[in-house]
Formats: sequence, C-alpha cells, structure tokens
Amino acid sequence: MATQHSRSAARLMMAPAVFLLLVWMLVPLSLTLIFSFKKFLPLRGDQIESGWDWVTFFPSLDWVGFANYGRFVSSSAFWPAVSTTLILVGGVLIVTVVFGILLAILLNQPMWGQGFVRILVIAPFFVMPTVSALVWKNMFMDPNNGLFSHLWRFFGAEPISFLSEAAMPSIILIVSWQWLPFATLILLTAIQSLDGEQLEAAEMDGAPVLKRFWYIILPHLGRAITIVILIQTIFLLAIFAEIFVTTGGAFGTRTLSYLIFQRVLESQNVGLGSAGGVYAIILANIVAIFLMRIVGKNLDA
Amino acid sequence: MGQIQLNQVTKSFGDVQVIPPLDLTIEDGEFCVFVGPSGCGKSTLLRLIAGLEDVSSGHIAINGKDATMTPPAKRGLAMVFQSYALYPHMTVRKNIAFPMKMAGMSEDEQKRRIDAAATALNLTDYLDRKPGQLSGGQRQRVAIGRSIVREPDAFLFDEPLSNLDAALRVGMRLEISELHERLQTTMIYVTHDQVEAMTMADKIVVLRSGYIEQVGSPLDLYHAPRNKFVAGFIGSPKMNLIEGPEAAKHEAHTIGIRPEHIDVSKTEGTWKGVVGVAEHLGSDTFIHVHDTGLADMITVRIIGDIEAKHGDTVYLTPQLDQMHRFDDKGLRIA
Amino acid sequence: MARSVTTQRKAINTAIAWAIGLLIFFPILWTILTSFKTEGQAIASPPIFLNFDWTLENYAIVQERSNYMRFLWNSVIIAGGSTLLGIVIAVPAAWSMAFVPGKWTKDILLWMLSTKMLPAVGVLYPIYLLFVRMGILDSRVGLVIIMMLINLPIIVWMLYTYFKEIPSEILEAARMDGATLKDEIIHVLTPMAIPGIASTVLLNFILAWNEAFWTLNLTSVNAAPLTAFIASYSSPEGLFYAKLSAASTMAIAPILILGWFSQKQLVSGLTFGAVK
Repeated sequence: MATQHSRSAARLMMAPAVFLLLVWMLVPLSLTLIFSFKKFLPLRGDQIESGWDWVTFFPSLDWVGFANYGRFVSSSAFWPAVSTTLILVGGVLIVTVVFGILLAILLNQPMWGQGFVRILVIAPFFVMPTVSALVWKNMFMDPNNGLFSHLWRFFGAEPISFLSEAAMPSIILIVSWQWLPFATLILLTAIQSLDGEQLEAAEMDGAPVLKRFWYIILPHLGRAITIVILIQTIFLLAIFAEIFVTTGGAFGTRTLSYLIFQRVLESQNVGLGSAGGVYAIILANIVAIFLMRIVGKNLDA
Repeated sequence: MGQIQLNQVTKSFGDVQVIPPLDLTIEDGEFCVFVGPSGCGKSTLLRLIAGLEDVSSGHIAINGKDATMTPPAKRGLAMVFQSYALYPHMTVRKNIAFPMKMAGMSEDEQKRRIDAAATALNLTDYLDRKPGQLSGGQRQRVAIGRSIVREPDAFLFDEPLSNLDAALRVGMRLEISELHERLQTTMIYVTHDQVEAMTMADKIVVLRSGYIEQVGSPLDLYHAPRNKFVAGFIGSPKMNLIEGPEAAKHEAHTIGIRPEHIDVSKTEGTWKGVVGVAEHLGSDTFIHVHDTGLADMITVRIIGDIEAKHGDTVYLTPQLDQMHRFDDKGLRIA
Repeated sequence: MARSVTTQRKAINTAIAWAIGLLIFFPILWTILTSFKTEGQAIASPPIFLNFDWTLENYAIVQERSNYMRFLWNSVIIAGGSTLLGIVIAVPAAWSMAFVPGKWTKDILLWMLSTKMLPAVGVLYPIYLLFVRMGILDSRVGLVIIMMLINLPIIVWMLYTYFKEIPSEILEAARMDGATLKDEIIHVLTPMAIPGIASTVLLNFILAWNEAFWTLNLTSVNAAPLTAFIASYSSPEGLFYAKLSAASTMAIAPILILGWFSQKQLVSGLTFGAVK
C-alpha cells in the first residue's frame, strides 16, 4: 500500500531505533557471554587492560571453558533460586488476575462515586517499588511496631516476623499490591467493552449469573487476561528493588535475578555471575518465545 | 492543461495481477468516470494515476511528460477521498489552506483563494469550525475546496459520494458537474454507481477484473454496449438478456432488450407472461413479468401509470430496432 | 423491575467497592498520615489514626538531612530526559511501521518487545564496566541513556498502536496536497497523534521515575534519584517511621498527582492499545 519512495524513507526512519536496540542487545550480551567463559575476579586483581581489548576477547583474563556454568548450576543456591522465581511470578500472577477479575466486575456495577473508587484502586501502581517495599516492611510487617502485629495481637495471636518467617508470602503480597491496579484497570476496560446486549440475550436465554460469567464474560476477557499475564511477566521476572530493600535475598527470597546480582556485584565473581546471567537470559527467552506467539497472533487479528 | 495517458500500465500485489496491461487516454478538460463492480480495479487505477501506488510496469504521462516515477505531490493532481480525509485537528480554513501552504503561496493569495472557494462552495460560515462539527455534505465540500484551491491539472475523485445519503448524493452530483462546467479541468471520477457515471461523464471507462470492457460516451455505452457485461451494467433497471430459441430467431446467442424498449398490452403481443411484482413510482411503472418461457423474469418499464396487478396476464412486444444481439462469446453482433 | 431494588443494590455495590478501594489505598493513606505524626505517635500502640498532633517537622528534617530537592531534580531529569529522547527516536520508527508496513514489520516489533524481556541482571556487569570506561557511572547522562533504551520498545509499541488508528487516507491526502514526508509528519501526523503521544510520554515517565534496578546499581551520589533516596532508609535507625513516611510521601506525591490527572489515557497506554 505504498510507493517505493515512501518505503525507503520508512526504512531510514526505523534505522535509529533498530540500531540502538540492536547495540543495546548485542554489545552487553556478547560481553556477558565472553565473561561467562573467563575467570574474572576484580577484587583479586583480575584487570581489563585497555579500553578496546574486548575486541580481542580480553587476553588478560584466563579462559575457563564451561567451569562457571557448571559451578553456577551445582551451587546449592541455584535450584532454590529457580523455584523462588517461579513461585514469585506465578503467585503474583494468580493473585492479581483472580482479584483483578473480581474487582473489575465489582467496579463495573452501578454505584455512587465510581470515579473516586477507581482512583483509590489505581494508586498503588504509581508508588515506586522502593517506597512500597519499605512502607510494607516497616509500617505493616515489622514484628514490633507494624500494623499487622497490632492486628495479630488484637486477635490474641502472637505476631511473627513476617519478612523472615513468612518471607515469600509477604513479598508476594507486596508485589501483588503493586500490580493489582494494573490488572484491574485493564480487565475493567475489557469488561466495559463487552456488549451489554450479549449479556441481556444470555439472561433472556435463562443463563444464571455464574453461567453468564463463565460462558460470556470470561471468554470475552481472554485476550485482556493474556495481555495482563504477558506484560506482568516481563516486569515480574526482573523484580529487584522489592527484594533488595526487604530481605536482601535472605529467608528463601533469593530469585534467580537476585542471585546473579549478588554474584556479580556483591561477591564480584563476574565470570560466575555472567554464566548465571546467560542462564537467566535463556530462561527469559523460553518465556518470551511462548509469549511472543500469543502477541504475534494478536497482531494479526 | 490536463491530459493523462496510460501506456501498458500494469499493477500486481505480490503474485496477484489486479491491472493487466492497460492503455487509456484521458483528454484535457474531460470528465472521465471509471465504473465497475467492487474489486474491478478502478480505485487501484486511480491511485496509480495519483502516484499513491507504484505501477508494476508501463508508463503514465501527464501533459505529455512521463510522470511514472514522479511522487504524488509533484504530479499537479488533486484528490478527493471517499472518507473525505480532512485533517481533524485543523479548522476548515486551515484544511483548505494546507495545499497552498505546502506550495509556499503568499498569505494574501491563500486568503483570496480560500474566500473564493468558500463562497463557491457555501462554506463561508463554517471556515472556523473543525471537520468534526460538520455534516457529511459539508465535509465533502471542504474536501472539494481543498482540492480546487491548488488549481490542479486534474481532479481525482475516489467514490466521493458513497458516504452521503441519497438526497445529498443527488445534490452533490449536480455540484460536481457544475464545478466541471465552470473550471473545465480534467476530472477522473471513480464510482460503482452507473447512475453517477451516466449523469456526469463525458467519457465512461467500464472496468471488470482490471480489464477495460468499453470506453465511450454515456450514450455510446447505452446504445451500443460492446458486450453482455456492459449491457447489463449500464442502464437501470437492467437490460433483459434472453438466450435460447427466441435468440436464435434473431440469429444471435443472446438477445438483449432494455425494459424501456418493450411495449405492454393486455390483449396481444409477441410474448405472453404473468405479472409478478409491479413497482409503481408514479412517473414510471416497473413490471416484473414471469412465466414467459424466455427468462426467469422480464422487466418492463412503462411511462406513467398502468393497471397491473399480481397475477394479471400481459403481452409484451419488444421494439426490434432497439434490440441488442450478442454472440456465444458475449460480444455484440453489429 | 422495581426502582427500590435497584437503588438498594446500588447502595450495596457502593459500600463494598468503597471498602475495598479504601483497603487497597490504605497503605498510602497510612504513610501520608504517619508523615505528619511525631516519631513517638508513629509507633504508638494501639495505632493512632487521626487523633494526633499534626506536625511538619519530619519534612523539614528529611529535607535538611538528605537534600530532597537534589534527588527530585535527578528523578525529573532522568525520567523526563529519557522519555523525550525515546519519543524523538520512536516517532519516526513507529510511523514507518504503522504506515509503510513491510514483510518484516511484525517480526521487528516482536523483536523489540523481546529486548524488553532481556533480564537486566544478565547484562549488569558489562553495562557497569562500559559506564566506568566511558566515565558516565553515577551521571545523569548515563541514566538517561539506559532508561531510554529499556523503555524504547514500549514507546515504539505504544506509538505504533496509536498510529495504526490514524486512517492512511488522511496521510495520502496530505501527500496529494503536496506535503513532503517531513511536512506530513510535522503538520498532519504529529498533531493527530498528540493524545497518543501524551499518554505514551506519561506512562514512560512514570515507568522511568519508578525504575529501581539501574538507578540503584549505577548511581551513588551525583545522579541518585528518588528511588535511591528512599532505599537509603532501608536500614533502620532508631525511631524513623515518621521520617520514612515523610520521605516516601515526597517521593510518590509528584507521580501520584500526575497519574491521577491522566487516568483516562493511562488505560489504553498501559495495554499498548490492545485493550480499549
């Protein structure tokens, strides 16, 4: 639907964005790949020499083959980190999607002050992760002065140290609180686009409320739910600040991302961390391929 | 000046050839209508002339100069789109001024031309409104105003009336015809409506699947359709086409007779049939006659009113001098 | 159906929705309230909700101790600069993909989205190293570049879906009217796309404002934005709830206000135009 002239102009205009993202993807990625096959411990005196020696694959660093890859996987922290990551992402997705659907249906009912309730519900999305994590950690989950412990005592229970004794559920709660508005808002918009006549027709056909939900509302939301899951997964796999300021990766909350962060920056074992990074990239790509297919289909529609 | 020449032009989208090699000349000042059923390639042909699509092969010349590779902005043509394609964020005044602004015309000249166009098109009161606040007919006028201020060599219209309601359509049809009379500029007009084609055109190009079926004046096409397709497409109600022994009597594979060229009688005539539906329009009556043994249905047009009810028996007599004869390939027998 | 039944149902809906809305909003409300308490009242048992001596001293202490304005300014520059830079690069790209789609357009779009899924931690050290080498560690320039790159796919996507909604006939009309490609983008496309561009700017500003991986790892003193400012409160020190609350309120207030003002565009922006 266009002429040769506009086509070549189009290619030219796409170039900066494509070029930048290509560089952004390839340069750090190839460096990570190179480091993952090297022994690289900056704190023990491993140094990179000149500015451009990465073109010659850092001759000053020793090649160690797949040793870093082996060590990363065989370390006792690896499998727990994988399962922590899956539990965190899965837990938050379940909580936000289920409650998001319920909230969206509720907000779609006739009521007074709907706009105001929407504002209340959407607010957590705007709170920066470090703030929400710190507020939850100190003012709600603190075993002495947190509101939760007051609540526990009020009901005669002994408050626990939430972020150490029930660390994963606590973090899932914090992250879900942040992402619930996102899911709710999207699902609400999707529900509002549902043709009211369809529901009325179903009502005329004698379908009770639950059946109407199951056979009409839920299928209508299918696409929106897919989008919620896709976008949230992208962000949830990269969760960092919430763990950084609450548990610092302790008490079984060390996700794969966090483990790699610790290897690279805290213990400065760049080779080992880079091997972990390659694993993380592979994991993310497995999820990505799956999700890209869904998005691709939506693009065609 | 506005002569447009297409020389062996073709267009393919991927493997699909929508325009097979095609030659056509549109003379300066001519009102040329491309007509045909949807998907016949008429809009594609217009877009090729506009330069919005590249030709796959062949040449397009405007005023004798090759314009095949000239970008649309440089061809000196103006186009009115089906959706009007007004700029929604600009007022009517700015919409009309846009092509002049692009041409770097002086402010004074722009103002003079906008005022002239607005007066001619009855838009003076609406110049400071945005397109969203206008009715369909007004939007159409703005789109036309935007195209005339540039004083182009030719106007291209892409089904400009199809989004208007029936009454407005008739009015705009007249306005466009008058505009052509006044400007005497070449106009190429695409439509699927043969009434528009018949009423407005100097020259009609009938297209089917990218092929030109016939080129000619409206009356040429009406009186001497080159084949069965054109015969059926031009004229309303449609020409009756009859095959079989009755056609053989006239030494043809198919004979065609227009509804207005059949005489009706209650007592005697060549063919006998039973009235199905009679449509009384007041000025004319269309009678759909069944059971003639010639075709499923023969449509007859009678001037004025006639007593004809469902189930009545009538006799039909074709006017032999107005009969069209076609051979087994569907081509006209002279 | 009798009118009273509808009203009754509406009242019940309202009550439930308000209760849940307040519950979800409560942590923010509690933070704002606590920021006006004294440290003693902030940890009082049982907790005090409204019946306390309102004070502004926490805000004064926080500002004095950590120079809030400097962090705020860094946040504004990093979020604003990266968003604007991203828009400038993404508009032409999204334009061409929306209006001159080629064989590869879909693949390029998906590839761009996939770069967004690249785990940041996987490239942390190389970026850190490159930043050290280029001398832009702990600099606003460096952060602007990183934020722009991580949000570029989202900006392109959002603009692409907005542009897709603009009828191509209008752009063709401009071409017929003698507009060059530049005119077409400046005079026709951009003004029509302003609402879409605005919501894209907004969402990306918020995302960049709240980003807390690169801002925490690549800044220390000079370029540290509000995310880092807050993180500095992560190790407890005596009585600090009221001060933490004041700092938190200051960090989220600007974005909360922006977000509330722009609710409507946000919905289509959040979903890349996929849910309308």
